[in-house]
Amino acid sequence: MKKFTTTLAALLIMGSASSFADGHKVKVGMITTLSGGGSGLGIDVRDGFMLAVKGNKNISVITKDDQRKPDIAVQLADKMIQSDKVDVLTGIIWSNLAMAVVPATVNQGKFYLSPNAGPSKLAGKGCHKNYFNVAWQNDNLHEAAGGYANSAGFKNSFILAPNYPAGKDALTGYKRYFKGSLAGEIYTKLGQKDYAAEIAQIRASGADSVFFFLPGGMGIGFMKQFSQSGIKLPVVGPAFSFDQGILKAVGDAALGVKNTSQWSKDIDNNANKKFVKDFQSEYGRLPSLYASQGYDTGKLLISAMSKAKVKDKDKFRDALRKADFSSTRGKFSFDKNHHPIQDIYVREVIKQGEILTNKIVSVGLKDHSNAYVSECKM
Amino acid sequence: MTSILFFEQLLNGIQFGTMLFLMSAGLTLIFGVMGLINLAHGSFYMIGAFSAALIAGLTGSFWLALLASLSGAAIAGVLIEILIIRRLYRRDHLDQVLATFALILLLSEGVRWCFGAFPLYLDIPENLNGTLPILDDIIYSKYRLFIIFMGLLIATGLYILITKTRLGVRIRAGQNDRQMISALGVDISKLYTIVFALGASLAGLAGAMIGAIQSVEVGMGEPILILAFVVIVIGGIGSIKGALIGSILVGVTDTIGRIFLPELLKIFMEPANATSVGSSIGSMLIYILMALILIIKPSGLFGKT
Repeated sequence: MKKFTTTLAALLIMGSASSFADGHKVKVGMITTLSGGGSGLGIDVRDGFMLAVKGNKNISVITKDDQRKPDIAVQLADKMIQSDKVDVLTGIIWSNLAMAVVPATVNQGKFYLSPNAGPSKLAGKGCHKNYFNVAWQNDNLHEAAGGYANSAGFKNSFILAPNYPAGKDALTGYKRYFKGSLAGEIYTKLGQKDYAAEIAQIRASGADSVFFFLPGGMGIGFMKQFSQSGIKLPVVGPAFSFDQGILKAVGDAALGVKNTSQWSKDIDNNANKKFVKDFQSEYGRLPSLYASQGYDTGKLLISAMSKAKVKDKDKFRDALRKADFSSTRGKFSFDKNHHPIQDIYVREVIKQGEILTNKIVSVGLKDHSNAYVSECKM
Repeated sequence: MTSILFFEQLLNGIQFGTMLFLMSAGLTLIFGVMGLINLAHGSFYMIGAFSAALIAGLTGSFWLALLASLSGAAIAGVLIEILIIRRLYRRDHLDQVLATFALILLLSEGVRWCFGAFPLYLDIPENLNGTLPILDDIIYSKYRLFIIFMGLLIATGLYILITKTRLGVRIRAGQNDRQMISALGVDISKLYTIVFALGASLAGLAGAMIGAIQSVEVGMGEPILILAFVVIVIGGIGSIKGALIGSILVGVTDTIGRIFLPELLKIFMEPANATSVGSSIGSMLIYILMALILIIKPSGLFGKT
């Protein structure tokens, strides 16, 4: 028993000693989706982030799986803040999970760097000085899709998205830029895989184009069934349904589809070339946009750490705001509400040899910010 | 809203229903014969789809892939029944729920271990691609007609199996009085294994057929599992006939509801609100249907009282 108490005392001393560690170290809590449906997205974000911070001894990362469930994400965040004492949280993929975790996190004085979800609430009225989004505001890629639809001469679009915060942001974003009329507007169930009923509506609607936002497995089902239905309408959508992880499963049904993205593997700059090459040699697959977002999040963190200590919150925040890192997207800066100002590209799905991938066709929106900056009081 | 569109949506509902039937037939048999609540039934759906994707990738043949889904899920079913499920028959339902829930987690992570987290590719065969004109104006996907056909074929097969064969007699006897048939010398544990494997293989077949038009990924079985439970509760637990009627009812209600409810609401609401409210209520419809049926017939449409 005595031996046990001494060991315990020793452990306690060691524990408290490590919390005195020098201020240059940063403890990162990564909560992301690593199991079940949609885990491909979380794995890409994690792998991209880990690649960026690889070899950096001042960063330690605790990674936990949220199983795409808001309640679990909240529990994990609490534990990471209370007992693991992390300085920075990141990793969440889904907007409904972000809405559950981010406000509490930033109100407890922790930084949250979003590598994906960018719900409109957190960009507008719910913005916070400790919340930074490194990916995009949810509406962004859809706005670019709406802009592209105009330039492609579409007049009458049929639009659909799942019934959850990001789905509503998606249709709002498309409608904000699209000048034509709507042949129909449908919210589908989140996680729905069968779109026979919606495709029948599209066929009957007399639309001249289809816009859809169905991330993950939902989009695979839709694209396959749409191409089997024999409807020949042009399709446009955000990159989420055409990213590298998914294209293989969609197959040739995706060929030629235009999609909008803030990143593509053929963006011509050194940071991106290095990222694509390193990612391939590290993991043996092509990176997706999610991986690039995770990577940029890691690089942003490192850039801020070189300027300020994380315990000095104000200085560290200023350092983050400067976004002084070379992004895989080239030009990158934060607007007043801590969301990116960046170019959004129009890409086309092509076949390179046997592999389906994307290539940039044009710049959809240049130096694009978001519609919620003025609502944010910060 | 034209009648053509309505008819097409009706077909969509029936197709969805026949797929649900493949899932719920096994579920209801297993519950009826062994008294087992099998939450892991959705995992066999996933195993079937992954077996099919694997074989389709190797051989390029969709038909071999379908065969692989049947046998893959059946083999998994036999193994799991002998190793784990067998110990659960005498336990109460809570233990069964806990153990089969653990199985879901184990099987999902196991499949992710073997195949990775990214969805796999599985496509329909070339000669079922495209559409078929039925009646003058209605064109419908050939593959979906094939699913309906397969569903009806299997329903007929099951009917013959249960009513006309010796195995069917034993299954029915097992439902009525387990102790009596084992006293009569029937090898009850072999019968249980057969029934479990039969249920698993039907789920596997459904997974492969649906995986080809949706996506083959980890966790694909759980959303279907919930619907399958709704179906067997509506149809009456243990009844194959109930599972068939319940499946079609749920399939048609869900499809028609989620499309026509928003249209209906648009008459007296803003279009944007109507779509949002309509699709929310639309996804609740089957549960409302279930509640109504349970009020009128507490043990389901064809359940034993």
